Amino acid sequence: MSATGFTATRLRPTLLVIFGGLLVLAALFGSAPAAHADEVGIEDNPYRVSGNVQYNGDPLEGVKLTVEGGGYDAEVETDAEGKWRVGVPEKSEYKVTLDESTLPDGVAVVGDTSNVQTVTVGPGGRVTTNFFIGKGERNVTPFFDQVVQRLVSGLNFGLMLGLAAVGLSLVFGTTGLSNFAHAEMVTFGALVAWFLGAALSVPIFIAIPLAILLSALFGLGMDVGIWRPLRRKGLGTVQLMIVSIGLSLALRYVFQFFIGGGTLQLPGSNSPEIPLFGAVKLTVIDIVSMGISIVVIAAFAFWLLFTRIGKATRAISDNPSLAAASGINVDRVVRIVWIMAAGLAGLAGVLYAYYRPGLKWDMGAQILLLVFAAVTLGGLGTAFGALVGALVVGILVEISSLWIPADLKYVGALVVLILILLLRPQGILGRRERIG
Amino acid sequence: MDLAQILSNSVAFIIAPATIAYALAAIGLSVQFGYAGLLNMGIAAYMAIGAYGYAISVLTFGFPWWGGVLVGIVGSVIFSLILGIPTLRLRGDYLAIVTIAAAEVLRLLFLTATFDSVTGSADGLSGYHNSFRAANPFPEGTYGFGPWEMSANGAWVTTIGVLLVAVSLLVVWALMRSPWGRVLKGIREDEDAVRALGKNVFSFKLQALVLGGVFGALGGVVYALPSSVNPGSYVTSLTFFVYTALLLGGAATVFGPVLGSILFWVLQTFLGNILPGLASIGVLPVSSSQASTLRFILVGVALMLIVIFRPQGILGNKKELTFVK
Repeated sequence: MSATGFTATRLRPTLLVIFGGLLVLAALFGSAPAAHADEVGIEDNPYRVSGNVQYNGDPLEGVKLTVEGGGYDAEVETDAEGKWRVGVPEKSEYKVTLDESTLPDGVAVVGDTSNVQTVTVGPGGRVTTNFFIGKGERNVTPFFDQVVQRLVSGLNFGLMLGLAAVGLSLVFGTTGLSNFAHAEMVTFGALVAWFLGAALSVPIFIAIPLAILLSALFGLGMDVGIWRPLRRKGLGTVQLMIVSIGLSLALRYVFQFFIGGGTLQLPGSNSPEIPLFGAVKLTVIDIVSMGISIVVIAAFAFWLLFTRIGKATRAISDNPSLAAASGINVDRVVRIVWIMAAGLAGLAGVLYAYYRPGLKWDMGAQILLLVFAAVTLGGLGTAFGALVGALVVGILVEISSLWIPADLKYVGALVVLILILLLRPQGILGRRERIG
Repeated sequence: MDLAQILSNSVAFIIAPATIAYALAAIGLSVQFGYAGLLNMGIAAYMAIGAYGYAISVLTFGFPWWGGVLVGIVGSVIFSLILGIPTLRLRGDYLAIVTIAAAEVLRLLFLTATFDSVTGSADGLSGYHNSFRAANPFPEGTYGFGPWEMSANGAWVTTIGVLLVAVSLLVVWALMRSPWGRVLKGIREDEDAVRALGKNVFSFKLQALVLGGVFGALGGVVYALPSSVNPGSYVTSLTFFVYTALLLGGAATVFGPVLGSILFWVLQTFLGNILPGLASIGVLPVSSSQASTLRFILVGVALMLIVIFRPQGILGNKKELTFVK
């Protein structure tokens, strides 16, 4: 067991011991070879996607390709023999994109294939993909269409983030807790939907509502079992935050305990793409997912604005002592807030599992900081602010990847989070006195 | 399952480089969080700066090993200033979110394929040992005894690491009983009261952030010294694990970080060996990969229990508040 093996928690635990040992050996008996750009992630990942880019039998050097899928992405360049190899973490589907702007002039991907190919890493753990390259004009997607495509999928991502963010924001507003375990509430929803829909073969349109219901119950359980006793005990907000970090770690590894380190697919995750206009395409699931998000968020807004409990929630967010003094049962409202927040997070988890696609034990933790960014951007503790923030973050992440490399697309959103906290800590819709 | 071997593996971690690295990082956090009350959730970034600063300056710029260490330290100071000057005026949990986000940004920048020629992207960096090993005063052979037996290179890493821990402890011990340290603890307890005494709270906080950051970067250097730099190591979980070690030992104590790191690693190694062992002989009704996941669940549960029931840690004093309200 070595030091390096232990903290590389993304690897499968079973591989850790062997892998750690290998690292030590590599360090002791001559150093590992330097990283080549034509071989990416070979040492860290067990499975391979590879290929050979040639034009009339001549290898093409320096052609850029991206491999993405299941939340993983890598960029690679072909070597002098036109070859490239990428290590991938799982046996699942990956999308290989050949960057046509890096091909020599007058040469393009031709034939029936486009410059985007979908490959499946099968039981052998290896797959090879080749592109037909010949003389021809590139079928370049017009820039405007690319922007629209990104805008639409950013909107989809943003709505999904919004479902998670409004809950986090409400919990913060009513209890002052920055809940890191919110990420695991997102994963929980996807996990239950998978368990019911795929493992028990319940029809998916029943499995998803059940998953949301169970998520809500999970939220109730956490409030009754952990957070209410701790509020009674009088723990400070920082202490509560660190407890939530501990809870987040524990839950995340409980999920890994049950489903392992791989990616699982929800039923019906590969639905057909419908061309809308130009080069803009959406899958059926994308459209349904956006519809559900919009309806749920509208219902939630109605609840918050016009029902008694919704008004009480906003009153507590504003000033808990005054709310309690005017006869609002704070504990009861907080309990309802936890139920709502967990239910919405569960739904966000299901939609995120379709968006990625696939569910994984740490999928919630992957977007936790984006959810935090959305909440802070809109103003901590304001539900509608969180929604606006989520849309901005979602669209920003997608649009920014037009210019910056795909593996840096979250950086933009995180930098915005930092800048907002520095320049306008109350957020877009927050009020000045909220910061303290 | 060989129990003697497992015990031997576990106690070997008392002075393993990883333990020393955690101890140094936890000492840094104790200055920032324990004494000054700054909720720095980006200690993993400081470690990454130390490790990458060392490896890149040796590999890309051909620095000698001590030059690499200096680069790591200077890098951490710059990071502290960039992060600290605007953020130290914010409330505790805001600072936590800014630092955790900054750490993630830094990790993604080290991970991206865009800077592959310098950072090695997903493969990380290795093969920077020549200068460090050439300076090794130990002749070839084995050193130590029993579980602590190591090669000449291992002994050299351990010596440097233990020396760094000793110097850091001395610095922290001396500073925290000085007037400077009393002001720092005062800031943690009641910022406004200290401000009313005419102290520049912001300046003290910044000094604490920079000092703690230097220890964190040294931790990163020790983490990188024995083998390689792997971007997968510097994830937010690393920050949480260092926090667990720190809170276990006692956040506002001199020896707490060291004790916490030793206990953390010895227990982790022990559980990491014994649980799959028990699973393989059928005592635990789970698969062996599930059994090795169990210990990480226990880290999370332990972190919750410590914060709820003994927030001052093993060595701490209940009267000394260890959490900002």
